[in-house]
Amino acid sequence: MGKTFKKPEALSDAHTHYCPGCTHGVIHRLVAETIDELGIRGRTVGIAPVGCAVLAYNYFNCDFQEAAHGRAPAMATGIKRARPDLMVFTYQGDGDLASIGMGEIIHAANRGEKFTTIFVNNAIYGMTGGQMAPTTMPDQRTSTSPFGRNVEEVGMPIKVAELLAALQTPAYITRQTVIRPKYINKAKKAIKQAFTYQMENTCFSLVEVVSTCPTNWGMTPVDAIDWTEKTLLAYYQPGDYKVPA
Amino acid sequence: MSKVLMKGNEAIGEAAIRAGCLNYFAYPITPQSEVAEYLVRRMPEVGGVFLQGESEVAVGYMLFGAAGAGERVFTTSSSPGISLMSEAISYIVAAQCPAVFVNIMRGGPGLGGILPSQADYFQATKGIGHGDCRLLVMAPASVQEAVEMVMAAFPLAEKYRNPVMILGDGLIGQMMEPVEFPDHLKTEPSNKDAWAANGMDHRGSQTRNLVKSLFLDSTALNDNNLQLKAKYDRMRAEEVRFEAYNTDGDYRGLIVSYGTMSRVCRTAIDMLKEEGIEVGMIRPQTLFPFPAKDVGDAAAKPSCSHVLSIEMSMGQMVEDVALGVLGRKPVSWYGKCGGDVPTPEEIIEVVKERIG
Repeated sequence: MGKTFKKPEALSDAHTHYCPGCTHGVIHRLVAETIDELGIRGRTVGIAPVGCAVLAYNYFNCDFQEAAHGRAPAMATGIKRARPDLMVFTYQGDGDLASIGMGEIIHAANRGEKFTTIFVNNAIYGMTGGQMAPTTMPDQRTSTSPFGRNVEEVGMPIKVAELLAALQTPAYITRQTVIRPKYINKAKKAIKQAFTYQMENTCFSLVEVVSTCPTNWGMTPVDAIDWTEKTLLAYYQPGDYKVPA
Repeated sequence: MSKVLMKGNEAIGEAAIRAGCLNYFAYPITPQSEVAEYLVRRMPEVGGVFLQGESEVAVGYMLFGAAGAGERVFTTSSSPGISLMSEAISYIVAAQCPAVFVNIMRGGPGLGGILPSQADYFQATKGIGHGDCRLLVMAPASVQEAVEMVMAAFPLAEKYRNPVMILGDGLIGQMMEPVEFPDHLKTEPSNKDAWAANGMDHRGSQTRNLVKSLFLDSTALNDNNLQLKAKYDRMRAEEVRFEAYNTDGDYRGLIVSYGTMSRVCRTAIDMLKEEGIEVGMIRPQTLFPFPAKDVGDAAAKPSCSHVLSIEMSMGQMVEDVALGVLGRKPVSWYGKCGGDVPTPEEIIEVVKERIG
């Protein structure tokens, strides 16, 4: 019997720095599997964000650039315009993409830039220690919303997939999660689809992945999965929000 | 090639193409928007990339992305726009990527005005971004020199793997002058395979490249900053450029001035000569590295009683002039920065007063 399961070539041997119960590792793997399956590792450039995933390049075996906070879509634009033959993806969290980088992602999506964004939404700032994000849920407690997010003061959480899907430029915009195997299979399909659209030069593609942050949520990994399913997925509903014609 | 009459901004755009730079990202801002208006038509003719970004912030990172992928890339902007790009410039310096930024300066601070100024001297030469971050800065005094400096900027940026800035006042961008473009249309880019994230297949390598500015380990960060310092020191040793005017014989005063301002000073020096008053001038062509030793040597001439830094700012370069002179002669400043350029008559009056 041959080998049936192995580490993707696009993943390195580095030990993870992510916390127990964090979903970044699963998402990294899905991206790496996609890169392997499409045979594009030698012409892929990833762009790391600022946040927990700033060190994402330690785990991928392909060229990488490291952006400033929120600016990954502008960097991806620069690379892709200058070198359309490269496969370019940004990997960004919700503080990075939905707060400080909102301008860059909206305009890149609206220009129809032919790169792929993996948007990891865990409703909180992770690396800086659990501050409120634009995606933090109403009444959710964080270090900068210690009494819960007050929507009267700071508004409702931003639904990025819906927001970007409202743009008139063709795009592939989907929301997935990876908290259980049934979701992981769908997320994998979506990520591969997003890269495929890029490969065919069809459109901008973004996969929002609703994720966990047990450390900063103050939950066990199991409780974090349950809370994600009950609370986050009720507000951030999975599904395709925009598909190119 | 024969001379053509061209506006400075358009000549800058053409010079970049002739230097082999086929990637231009920019955001409109007066007084340099003509560069974009020229290149939006010209880039497609040569198979190049033109993109108007959504902000100067984004444009800075478009440059970082393209530069990190090993491509020649440049932008043009003006003072408030350069402030917005300065974040990206710091990252590009830290990640050691080549790129060219052109700043056609307008008055500041704040929105300031749209008339010519040289008030971004400090920003360009000392405070462009956070961290130990410096640019090689060249200041043209004519449209012809702007063309030559833009063409020189790309190989220099690659030599040092560091951004280069062309610092021109608004007049350089706006005025029309005869220009002769150098014969060579293209300088070959350096081999960037050792560091650029240009795709492993592209460079036929099994080893990936990483373009980054984060060094969490204190020794690694210190080492990166030592590498940057070694480059700045090498620039100081190898790239200082200046022009001396009327410094062969004795002179009673020395003017230090750059860009358009230096041309007015030159006229004033000629007029003073007719009156029998000899004044010399050092015109820095590189602002970083600054020709400090050369200014000091010129000031040290026994006949020279006073050194005058004349700038369209409230006194910025004068600090570097004073550092060069090292207290050997009195140093003072004269200038304006509302948009008016001091006239030769004004300069003559100031010179006479200061040299006594």
